[in-house]
Amino acid sequence: MTIHAQQRFDSLIEADERIEPDDWMPEEYRQTLVRQIAQHAHSEIIGMQPEGAWISRAPSLHRKAILIAKVQDEAGHGLYLYGAAESLGTTRAELLDRLHTRRQKYSSIFNYPTPTWADVGAIGWLVDGAAIANQVPLCRCSFGPYGRAMVRICKEESFHQRQGFQILLRLTEGTAEQKQMAQEALNRWWWPSVMMFGPPDSESVHNARNMAWGIKRFTNDELRQGFVDMTVPQAELLGLTIPDPELRWNDERGHYDFGEPDWEEFARMVRGEGDLPEQRLRVRREAHENGAWVREAAAAYAARQRQAA
Amino acid sequence: MNTVADPLLAHVLRHGDRALVLSQRLGQWITHAPELEEDMALANISLDLLGQARHLYTYAGELEGQGHDEDHFAYWRTSTEFLNPLLVEQPNGDFAHTMIRQVLHDHAALLYWQSMTTSRDQTLAALAVRARNETEFHLRHCRGWVVRLGDGTDESHRRAQAGLDALWPYAEELITAPADDAALRSDGLIGDDIADAWRADVAATMAEATLTLPVGVTAQSGGWTGHHSEHLEGLLQELQEVASAFPGAKW
Amino acid sequence: MNADWPRWEVFLRARRGLSHTHVGSVHAADGETALQAGRDLFTRRQEGISLWVVPSEQVVASDPDDQDSLFEPADDKSFRFPTSFELPSEVDQM
Repeated sequence: MTIHAQQRFDSLIEADERIEPDDWMPEEYRQTLVRQIAQHAHSEIIGMQPEGAWISRAPSLHRKAILIAKVQDEAGHGLYLYGAAESLGTTRAELLDRLHTRRQKYSSIFNYPTPTWADVGAIGWLVDGAAIANQVPLCRCSFGPYGRAMVRICKEESFHQRQGFQILLRLTEGTAEQKQMAQEALNRWWWPSVMMFGPPDSESVHNARNMAWGIKRFTNDELRQGFVDMTVPQAELLGLTIPDPELRWNDERGHYDFGEPDWEEFARMVRGEGDLPEQRLRVRREAHENGAWVREAAAAYAARQRQAA
Repeated sequence: MNTVADPLLAHVLRHGDRALVLSQRLGQWITHAPELEEDMALANISLDLLGQARHLYTYAGELEGQGHDEDHFAYWRTSTEFLNPLLVEQPNGDFAHTMIRQVLHDHAALLYWQSMTTSRDQTLAALAVRARNETEFHLRHCRGWVVRLGDGTDESHRRAQAGLDALWPYAEELITAPADDAALRSDGLIGDDIADAWRADVAATMAEATLTLPVGVTAQSGGWTGHHSEHLEGLLQELQEVASAFPGAKW
Repeated sequence: MNADWPRWEVFLRARRGLSHTHVGSVHAADGETALQAGRDLFTRRQEGISLWVVPSEQVVASDPDDQDSLFEPADDKSFRFPTSFELPSEVDQM
């Protein structure tokens, strides 16, 4: 039976068909996906915080409306993804508990501070830009619910990137002070964004297996190169300088060459050291704990209504 | 202190301010809600209210005729120039507190917008149709919560009752029309008085929620004419922080 | 008591003339709040005009292991399809 099931799984993967939740799948495939989808979901909801903090201070009502809609989308993306993860048999409550107790991670990009309004722009343009580069191939992920969630998410994300770019565009068209604010935000977010694609292929442990399983479609370095190639002309359009002295066009390769990110910093961020990661998790945990009596009340009311019916 | 001479302009600003201040309060919930679905819901209500405020401010700019856009009214007025009722500036408190505030507001807002759909003012009548539909959903959501909290567990009941007790002094102001509304009403620019309908609706909601309406409470008022509680100042400081640091800047 | 809200499957009718299609799931204590959550989550961009929510635990699904026995027997009945019938060329519309 298991041999038959394994054969069917292999042939579906071989044929680039989708695996659906009720299908037999290798335990490791299941666990890899639960971990990856959950981490992705956690990143969406933790990612609401650095931008959410600017909703109350957005400098125009138009920007405020856009930002509320964007942060709301992120909650929505979290929900799509938790739904996909739950289809593999782990409840959202359990996944949130793993986040709250640091047994699962979220993207370390959200452990960087957002001191100015321009950071909101940089997150949209660069972080969402990098996220889209990462996510578009995931629309073809071999696990059906994940791919379907990603299709929905990618459709919504392109507005996120554009609004970020537009925030910076307005700043670079503005006063010298505004322009400087934009440049400083780019300086802060460039390298973290480049590192969002994960460690270099030479050090990435699961690349090969995840590619074979159709969970990953391009390697970290391929995606990173694509992001740099896409972003450099946009920075030029903004009249901003990417903080990498080694950045230049390579005619031979048909790509931009760029410098080596600080992978030690990356490792520190992934470990979640420092006050900001602690704060992010605290906000999350407090929201969950302070909401317990509310969830209980709704459950109690629903139970009584069912009994009365 | 209200120094707006034109009654219609003052009226439009009052409701624009009401919507903006409440939107700002609800926006503070985002990432702190009891469940992710509720983050979505509160963001949705906040966004709708913000949209209403923007429409009203834009119209206020037209009525005023001094070339002011929506942002002028949000970012470049002081707390004494804001004309929102006191209820909406009250702090969020816990989730029960926020839902009580919202349901008291939404009952009034729904009746208000319904009455405004027949305004002789074409701009306001058109906005009212949209705002009424939005508010109908807000009320459905928040009324549902008040009933579930009031009639949920002992703890949720206690918290909902505490919210109602704390906010009730600010409730009556919602339906107490400022003096200069009278002329607008006789001109057919604003709709019928909503006070009696509001009292009946609120009483029905609280009864279903097994909550007790406080009695013998001294009603607080002054918001409609720019006399605010201390809470508005802080809210506006945050709202205006970035814009006021860059006078004349475009965003 | 267990305060974790149950899961609901959400179905959306995109516009009149189309049937409801599964779009995802939400968690909610009861049907009414599940509808509201489904509305907030799946219709932010005018994606639909009607919603169904169904408790996930109520869905009865076929077993993937039964795929062969349930669905393959249909594959040798090509006569169910009109294209498998050859008609005289004189017959224009049928």
